[in-house]
Amino acid sequence: MKKITTPLDENQIRNLKVGEMVSLSGVVYTARDQAHKRFLEKGSRGFSWKGQVVYYCGPTRKPKGKIIGSCGPTTSSRMDSFTPALLAQGLKGMIGKGRRCKEVIAAIKKYKAVYFLTFSGCGALLSEYVRKVTPVAYKNLGPEAILKLEVKDFPLIVGIDSRGNSVY
Amino acid sequence: MVADLCVEANHVLRPDVSLALQKALARETNKRARGILGAIIANAGVAKREKLAICQDTGFPVVFVEIGNGVCILGDLKEEINQGIVNGYKKGYLRDSIVRDPLLRGASGFGPAVIHVDIVKGDCARLTVLPKGFGCENKTQLKMFNPTAKLDEIKKFIIEAVKSAGPDACPPFVVGVGLGGTADYTMLLAKKALLRKLGARSSELGARKLEQDLLKQINRLNIGPMGLGGKTTALAVNIETYPTHIAGLPIAVNISCHALRSATAIL
Repeated sequence: MKKITTPLDENQIRNLKVGEMVSLSGVVYTARDQAHKRFLEKGSRGFSWKGQVVYYCGPTRKPKGKIIGSCGPTTSSRMDSFTPALLAQGLKGMIGKGRRCKEVIAAIKKYKAVYFLTFSGCGALLSEYVRKVTPVAYKNLGPEAILKLEVKDFPLIVGIDSRGNSVY
Repeated sequence: MVADLCVEANHVLRPDVSLALQKALARETNKRARGILGAIIANAGVAKREKLAICQDTGFPVVFVEIGNGVCILGDLKEEINQGIVNGYKKGYLRDSIVRDPLLRGASGFGPAVIHVDIVKGDCARLTVLPKGFGCENKTQLKMFNPTAKLDEIKKFIIEAVKSAGPDACPPFVVGVGLGGTADYTMLLAKKALLRKLGARSSELGARKLEQDLLKQINRLNIGPMGLGGKTTALAVNIETYPTHIAGLPIAVNISCHALRSATAIL
């Protein structure tokens, strides 16, 4: 399986082909509905999506003695209306589940980004690939806060590649 | 007790769902689908062993209470159930996914549950907690058919509902169908259908045949696990029926993701 590391550079992104399985090591940031909305309305001091990977995920509460709770992907299409704006700001990768609208696919192509899928409904399994969690912003959003996750060999499938080819 | 049911439902995959996944893996020939089914089965193992939620969406807690007519209840039943939900969700490190105000949203918490109370014959009470994931709940459909609707139109509506849920709602699905009653009641039937053991067929002859036909057709859609192809699009189609009005035929589809979770206790 192909291994990729963050930050995702142009070369890594260009070489990713739709449908292929890859494992990602490095940093991803969680954000879902309300974090997207708030970021685009108000921004967040000191945090930028430039060059980053977003993970559409709202984990369960952290059990005692664990790094993170269950942390699988949520439905990506709910973020579709916010995504082109984030891609314009330099977001390079997205991890989620399910389809994206044609505007998002066009923006992925335009900004040379990539959309990954990961095992949906497998939050317990995916928690085992997370090495460290650091809160970043919007703590009062609870499970929807932005968290920095350091991951090792996180399993992904290329859902939409930088040429705009979709697996669906 | 409600607290324990919340934890059990969210941490331990139902044995019938687990069995259905194993059977699907044995039948599946698509390599990628087999890999994903393997991950889903492994996930249930990790959840049980590590006492983690099967899915980070620990659902909207839906509680079904059947009270025997010989049972006398002292105290505030709904209040006690809601307190049990809070306790269970805290104890199991489950997610606080419920916002008080659907428009203003705001901070999320652990309840209240949606509670359905039914009076039945007997002298015991039965309590079921169904934490319903919202990725699949969002794909719910209701249609009021004409009483003269053809069976093919009904099938088409149900299959289209599955197609529209597609890769987004975590296939392989369990498809709950309500047939008859009123608009509100058929929705409840569709949800209740998810509680029936997978593999157990409807006791009504017509519904039983429809369940089998639909399952076959749905598994030919090539949606597959994660929507990436394969013959495992649904693990089961469960249909619940009720008498209806001469002027209509309400039909509801309530889909569950593969992480179909529920737990029951009898008092």
